[in-house]
Amino acid sequence: MSSLLTATSVSYARDGNDILRDASLTIAPGELVGLIGPNGAGKSTLLKVVSGLWSGAQGDIRLLEKPLSRYSPREIARVIAQVPQITTLDFPFTVQQVVLMGRNPHLSRFQLETAQDRGIVERALERTQTGELAHRLIGTLSGGERQRVLLARALTQQPRLLLLDEPTANLDIQHQIAIFELVTGLICEDNLGAVAAIHDLELAARFCDRLVLLHQGTVLAQGAPADVLTAAHIRAAYGVEAQPYSDPITGHLRLSILGNGHLE
Amino acid sequence: MSSAVISPAETQTRSVFLLMKVGVVPRLVIVCAVLAVLLFVAMTYAVSIGTTEIPRPDVANALLQYAGLDRGVDESSPTYMAVTIVRLPGVMMAALVGAALACAGAVMQGLFRNPLADPGIVGVSAGASLGVVLAITQTEAITDLWRLHNGPLKDALWRIPVTAFVGAMLSALTVYILSLQRGRTNIAALLLAGGALNSVLGAIISVLLLRAGDMTQIRTVLSWLVGSLEGRGWDYFHVAKWPIMASTVLMLLYARDLNLLAIGEENAQALGVNVPRVRLILLALSCVMTAAAVSFVGAISFVGLVVPHMLRLIIGPDHRVLLPASLIGGAAFLVLADGISRSIIAPEKLEVGIVTALVGGPFFLLLLWRNRRQIAVF
Repeated sequence: MSSLLTATSVSYARDGNDILRDASLTIAPGELVGLIGPNGAGKSTLLKVVSGLWSGAQGDIRLLEKPLSRYSPREIARVIAQVPQITTLDFPFTVQQVVLMGRNPHLSRFQLETAQDRGIVERALERTQTGELAHRLIGTLSGGERQRVLLARALTQQPRLLLLDEPTANLDIQHQIAIFELVTGLICEDNLGAVAAIHDLELAARFCDRLVLLHQGTVLAQGAPADVLTAAHIRAAYGVEAQPYSDPITGHLRLSILGNGHLE
Repeated sequence: MSSAVISPAETQTRSVFLLMKVGVVPRLVIVCAVLAVLLFVAMTYAVSIGTTEIPRPDVANALLQYAGLDRGVDESSPTYMAVTIVRLPGVMMAALVGAALACAGAVMQGLFRNPLADPGIVGVSAGASLGVVLAITQTEAITDLWRLHNGPLKDALWRIPVTAFVGAMLSALTVYILSLQRGRTNIAALLLAGGALNSVLGAIISVLLLRAGDMTQIRTVLSWLVGSLEGRGWDYFHVAKWPIMASTVLMLLYARDLNLLAIGEENAQALGVNVPRVRLILLALSCVMTAAAVSFVGAISFVGLVVPHMLRLIIGPDHRVLLPASLIGGAAFLVLADGISRSIIAPEKLEVGIVTALVGGPFFLLLLWRNRRQIAVF
C-alpha cells in the first residue's frame, strides 16, 4: 500500500544549529513507527517538521503524495492529528469542549458544531474510555486521563495519520501500557498510520512495528525493533554498552544495560 | 479515606460553571437574555439620575418606546424629550464603551493566555492619553502640524478624540513592530515592549502636564485620563459605533479560534488554525476597538479586566459565549458605574473611571479571594 507520509532527506536548522540532517521517514497505513534516540537527537523536531508546525525545512515532505508546502494548516489538520507531549491545558475547559475542538478543521468559520459532530465526539470518548470524564475540567485530570482525552480529540479529527510526541512521558507503568494498547488498537481498527517519539526503548520495541533510531539529527538505523536495537547501534547512539535479550516470560525484546561505554 | 465518601477534592473537580452541560446556542441565548435584562435595568437607573430625578417606570416606558415598542408615551412630553435627547446619549455612550472595552479585554486575555492582559498592555490607552494631553496642552502645535485650522480639528470636540485615536494606533503599531521576530509576533517581547512604552509615554505625559501653565487645562486633561462620560452626546456615539461594531462582528467570527489559542498555540495550529495570521487580526481588532472607545471617553480602567473575568467565573471560558456576554455585561457594568458616578456626590459628578476603579476594584478582589482555587487553574 502507498505511504501516507514520505519525508526524504529532510534538514532543519534553527538559530544556526542543525537539528535535522538528511533525515528520512515513511509511514504506511496500519503501522506504528517508533522514533527513538537520545535527548536532542531530533525526535520532536522531526515530528514538528513533518506535520508543518515548524516550516522552513529543506528536503521533500509529501503527505498523501502531495507536497506538504501546498497544504494549509486546516488541510493538514484533516489528515494529521497530534497528541502533544506537554500541554498547557489550564484554561478551565471541560473534557467535552476540548475533544469537540478536534472538529475545528472540518468546520468553517460560520458553522457551529452539528449533532453529527457531537456524535463523533461521543464515539471518540467511548473508544478512549473517557466518557465519564466528559464534564470534568481538563486541568483536574490525572496524566493518564489527560493523554486519553487528547487521544479522543485526535480521533475526532478523523485523521489518516497520528503523531504522538512522548505520549507516555511521566506516566506510571500501568498507564504507559494502557495508552499504547489503546493506540495500537485504534491504529488497527481505523487503519491509521502512526508515528510516536518514544523515550523508553523497551516500550518502543514492544509496541512498534518499526523503529527509526535518530542520532544527532540523522537516521542511524531503521527497521524491525530487533534489527535496530542492537548492541552496536545503542553504543553508537547512546554511548552505553547494552545487551538485547528476549524476556523469558513475555518474549518481548529487553535490554540489559551493562555500563557506560565511555568508562570501559 | 472510604471510597463511598465524596472527598472535597472530588467535588472540586466537577465542572463548576453555569449551564455547562447545555449546548452552545441555548447557553448563549440564556446568558445574553439575562444580561440584556440587567443592561435595561442599569440603563433605566442611569437615565433616571440627574438634576431632576425622573421616575424609573417613566424612564423604562420612554426607553422602550424609543426602541420601537409602542408604550403609549407622548413623544412631545418633557419627560420623553429629557430621556431621549438629554440623558440617553451619555448612557448609550457608556454602554458602547463598556461593551467595547470588555470584549477587547476578553479577546486579549484569550490571545495572550494571560488573565492580566487588557488592551492597555500593548500601549493603546497610554497612546490615547498622550494624544489627549497633546491636543489639550499643545493645541497650537497640533493644529499647525496637521494644517487643519479650518477643518473639523479646529473644534476641541473632534480634535481630542482624533488625536487620541492616532496616538493609540501609533503606540500599538510601535509595540507590534518591536515584538516582531522573523515575521512572527513574540508574545513576551510584545508584553515587555508594551510595558516599556507605557512608562515612556507616562513620563512624557507628566512632563507636559507639569509644564502646562493653565490649571483648567490640567483639570481637563486629568478628567480625560481617568475617563469621563460627561457631555458625550449622540455626535460621538454615532462616530464611535462604526469601528466598534465592525470589530465586534469580526471578533465573533474568530471566537472558536480563540478557544483553540487559549489551550496553546501549537495545539491551535495542529488543529488547523493559521496562528500568526489569526493572532495579528485579533490583536489589530482589539486595538481598534479599544482606541475607538478610549479616544472618546478617556482611559476608563478596569472594565476590560474585571468584566470578562467575572463572566468567565460564572459561564466558563468558551469565547463563543464569553464574547457576546462580555459585550452586554460590559455595557451594563459601565452604565451602572455612570449612574453611580452621577448620583454618589450629587449634585457634583464624579468621573466614571474613578467609579469603575473604586467599585470594580474591591469587588474584583473579593471575587478573586472567594474563587482563588479556580483562579489557580486558570
